[in-house]
Amino acid sequence: MNSVFLMNFVYIISSVLFAFGLKFLGSPVSARKGNILSALGMLLAVIATLAGSHIINFQWILLGVLVGAGLGILVAFRAAMTQMPQMIALLHGCGALASVFVDWTAYQTQGTSDLTDVITLYLSIVIGGLTVTGSAIAWGKLSEKITGKPILFTGQKWFNTAIILAILILGLMFILDPTRHDLFLAILGLSCIFGIFMVIPIGGADMPVVISVLNSYSGVVACTTGFVIHNTLLIVVGALVGANGIILSIIMCKAMNRSITNVLFGAFGNVVKKKDTAEKKEAKAISVEDAFLILENAKSVVVIPGYGLAVAQAQHAVRELGELLEKNSCDVKYAIHPVAGRMPGHMNVLLAEANISYDQLMEMDAINPLMDSVDVAIIIGANDVVNPASRHDKSSPIYGMPIINADKAKTVFVLKRSMATGFAGIENELFYYDNCRMIFGDAKQTVQALVAEFKSSQQH
Amino acid sequence: MELIYLLFILALSIFLGFALISRVPPLLHTPLMSEANAICGIIIIGALIAAGTQANSPLTIVLGTSAVALASFNVVGGYLVTERMLKMFKKKS
Repeated sequence: MNSVFLMNFVYIISSVLFAFGLKFLGSPVSARKGNILSALGMLLAVIATLAGSHIINFQWILLGVLVGAGLGILVAFRAAMTQMPQMIALLHGCGALASVFVDWTAYQTQGTSDLTDVITLYLSIVIGGLTVTGSAIAWGKLSEKITGKPILFTGQKWFNTAIILAILILGLMFILDPTRHDLFLAILGLSCIFGIFMVIPIGGADMPVVISVLNSYSGVVACTTGFVIHNTLLIVVGALVGANGIILSIIMCKAMNRSITNVLFGAFGNVVKKKDTAEKKEAKAISVEDAFLILENAKSVVVIPGYGLAVAQAQHAVRELGELLEKNSCDVKYAIHPVAGRMPGHMNVLLAEANISYDQLMEMDAINPLMDSVDVAIIIGANDVVNPASRHDKSSPIYGMPIINADKAKTVFVLKRSMATGFAGIENELFYYDNCRMIFGDAKQTVQALVAEFKSSQQH
Repeated sequence: MELIYLLFILALSIFLGFALISRVPPLLHTPLMSEANAICGIIIIGALIAAGTQANSPLTIVLGTSAVALASFNVVGGYLVTERMLKMFKKKS
C-alpha cells in the first residue's frame, strides 16, 4: 500500500512538471527549460513505476528500452527539419501502437472485470488501431512514399460506412461477451483497416490538419488506455495531448477557411472544377538587376515564404539576403501564414534553422496591419496564401481564406518558376496587379543572384 | 466509484490542456507537437507494468516488450527532436 501511495504521489509531481513544460512553451525564451522539466517529469514517472509496481521481469523491460531509446536517438538526430512532419507522424503511430499493445496485454492477462473496462477497452483499441495505420499512411504521404494526391475509388463512401457499421456491431457483441478473443482481434483488425481508408482520400495540402487530428487521437488513446489499466497519469497526459491536437486542428482549419469535416471527408465525391479565367492579362517580369535597384532603395522588406522555399532549399540564401538588406539600413521581416509548411509552425522551424532571428518571424495577423507601409514584399514559393481573390471574389474556391495582404505593399516581387498555378490549382490575380513584378527562375538561384548584386555593389 | 474519480481527473485535465496550449504562439507549434508526442510516450509506464508484471506467455512477452520499445522510442525521440528544434530559435544579440 505504501509503495503504491508513493508511486501515485510521484505521478502528481510528474503531471505538474508536464503542465509547466507546456506552460514554458508559451515563449521561445523559456521553451527549452520547459522541455527539460517535462523530460524530468517523465523520468520520475518511470522510476516511480519501476519501484512501485512489483516488477518481476526486468530483462524484457531492459531489452525494450535499449532498442526503443537507441532507435529514438538515431532517428531524432538524423531527421532533417524538412522531414519533421513525417517524424511526428511516425511518433504518433508508435505511441498509439504501444497503447494498443498495453491494452492487449491487459486483456490477455486480466480480462475485463466490469462494463466500464470493456467499453474503454473497446474504444481504446478502435481509436488506437485507426491511429496506428492512419499515422502510417500520413507518414507515407508526407515522405512521398505514397502519392500526395487523394486516392479515390467508386463506392468508397459505402465501403467506409460498412467498416464503421461492422466495428460498431462487433463492438456491441464484444461488450456483451468480453471473453471472445476472436471479436477483440476482429475489431482491432477492422480499426486498422479503417485507419488506412480514413487517410488515403485526403490530399497532401491538407496534411497539416490530418497530423493535428492524429495528434489528438494519440492523446485520446493514451487516455482510454489509462481507463483500461486504471492509471491516472495516463489520463491526465492523454487529455493534455488530446486538447493540443484539437486546438491545432482548429487553427489549421481556420487558416484554410474550411471545416474539419470538409477536410477529413471532403474528398468523397466532390471534384473541384477549374474555372477558365475570362480575361488574359499580362504579368510583368523584372530582371534580377532591376529588382536589386528597387531593393537597394527599400526601407522595409517583408519576405513571404511558402513551402516552395524549403523545396528549393533557399532558406540560407534568403537569410543572407536579409542580412545584406539590414546592413543597407532596411527593416526586414518574415510573414508566416499558418499553413505555410507541411505542419503547424513548420515554416518557423525551417527559418530558425537558417539562423533567422525569431523576432523577425511575424504571424499573419501581426503583419497584415503593417503591409501598407512596406516598400517591397518578396513572395518565395507561396501562392494561394497571398491570393487577393480570397478577399473579394466570391466565386473563388479560396474565398474567405485568411491571407497575407502582400498586394498592399508598394512593390511585390514574386519568385516563381513559371506561371503555373499553386497547390489548389487556382489562378492568382495578384500576378497581374500593377505593383507586382515576376522574377522567373529557381528561387534559390534568384535569391543568390540578388545577394551577388548586393555584394558587388558594396565593393565599388 | 473509482470511475467517477477518473472522469473527474479527465474533465479537469482537458480544461488544463486547453488553457495551457492556447497560450503557445504559432511560432512554436511544431516543437509543441513534438513535445506532445514526447509526453504521450507516458504510455511507457503502462508498458513497463505490462512487460514487468504481466508478461507470462510468449504473446504477452512480445506485446509487452514491443510496447516498451515503442514507448521508449516515443519518449526519447520526442524529447530529443524537440530540444533540437528549440535550440534553433535564437534572437539576434
